[in-house]
Amino acid sequence: MSNKTPREKMMSIISQFVGYTAIRLPDDVIAKLSELREKETSPMTKVIYDTMFRNQELAQKLGRPSCQDTGCLQFWVKCGTHFPLIDELEALLKDAVVDATFATPLRHNSVETFDEYNTGKNVGKGTPTVFWDIVPNSDTCEVYTYMAGGGCSLPGNATVLMPGEGYEGVTKFVLDRMTSYGLNACPPLLVGVGVATSVETAALLSKKALMRPIGSHNENERAAKMERLLEDGINAIGLGPQGMGGNYSVMGVNIENTARHPSVIGVAVNVGCWSHRRGHIVFQKDLSFEVTTHSGFVYDENKAPAIIPA
Amino acid sequence: MVEVKDGKKILTTPISREDLADIHIGDIVYLSGHLTTCRDVAHRRVVEEGRQIPVDVRDEAILHAGPIIRPLGNGKYEMVSVGPTTSMRMEKFEYEFVKTTGVRVIVGKGGMKENTARACKDFGAIHCVFPAGNAVVAATAVEEIERAEWLDLGMPETLWNCRVKEFGPLIVSIDSEGRNYFEEKKVEYNKKKDAVAEDICKQVGFIK
Repeated sequence: MSNKTPREKMMSIISQFVGYTAIRLPDDVIAKLSELREKETSPMTKVIYDTMFRNQELAQKLGRPSCQDTGCLQFWVKCGTHFPLIDELEALLKDAVVDATFATPLRHNSVETFDEYNTGKNVGKGTPTVFWDIVPNSDTCEVYTYMAGGGCSLPGNATVLMPGEGYEGVTKFVLDRMTSYGLNACPPLLVGVGVATSVETAALLSKKALMRPIGSHNENERAAKMERLLEDGINAIGLGPQGMGGNYSVMGVNIENTARHPSVIGVAVNVGCWSHRRGHIVFQKDLSFEVTTHSGFVYDENKAPAIIPA
Repeated sequence: MVEVKDGKKILTTPISREDLADIHIGDIVYLSGHLTTCRDVAHRRVVEEGRQIPVDVRDEAILHAGPIIRPLGNGKYEMVSVGPTTSMRMEKFEYEFVKTTGVRVIVGKGGMKENTARACKDFGAIHCVFPAGNAVVAATAVEEIERAEWLDLGMPETLWNCRVKEFGPLIVSIDSEGRNYFEEKKVEYNKKKDAVAEDICKQVGFIK
């Protein structure tokens, strides 16, 4: 029997879950990649997809991270104001990243800026990043986990357009990024687009868009239409796996939006690589939980915390 | 040496200029023999500081990568996870690097530009892409890490001299005639992008 405190228990569940997401991709990503694999026709694309699927099998079999860049960890929490561990959540998430880093292992991807040294623990000032959504009168806590790799963070970009540039300007901004940086960011990509007022509101939405399941659509009819137009359009460019050419370029395009100031359209684009390591776990107040992204995840209650080097 | 085994074209070190003559952009090859990881600072040392590379890579291969290594003691190491890093960072050094070291095969991620293409043509070399994100496939093709040099650069930048077996798939992005796969593809992508943009813009005039 485990005699962990609630804080220790939640830390341990998150740590194990983060480690699992490094080894196995989410169910929706695997399903989409399987679908795209079937639709590719050239010998080169077949060799690349065969390698990708063999890699995922080997990663699972050997229990190793499927990609050596296990990213800088980001969490998007939707936390109820009555969730019992709300005060401890941010510190607990940091502990979970350190634990997962030495248990899995994950690569040390936290370099202190200006002082320019690697902390060696995969956490640092402000990392892991925690984005908060506070939910009034709720006692549950949803956590989205995301490994932001270097390759797929690089194409990220945000700008503020004049209304005269319109959604045509949004379209060109997204498409330009695909052929300049996107092809190097390990396609097929998941593309997140934020439409709002200023750079940071658009940028946050573009990352939030990447947390949405593949195949989901914006509830606004026009935004959903634009998702489909951009998805078909970027596919027609034919980046293919690894940007080396093929019938498809993306796993999807997700747009998130808010109202905007009448004088501006803030737009941001963010991409996830084919190895889109995002997870979603929902805790009840008694710490029972449900994982919506990874059907194979099993929590080992008796697993001891990792030994952290001094 | 180059041979075809079970339908796979396999390059085995040492590799000669002639071995590469029949290999063209878009071809898929595999590598056996010696492959040494070599990235930013190692390139800088060889090209800018004029230091002699401590692993002789003449007629062999380098990999733009920073791996996860597990030390086994007694100077032995295990390759846990390795994948290519963006080759473009080495572009400014690569002509001189190929000229100085005599390396034949450069493996990395994404394309490189005219410096590297010129080096490939002048000295008889190729640049290949290993499909990124496949770190376990790559690590398990490493039979042994035979030597480690320039350990002072830290784990990602050390020259890890590996013996590999059928390391790949490697997709040729620059061939020894200097043709550049990605640069040719980019022209095609940009042309298609313009057509796509025009088509979408007709349908998103939401501000009226």
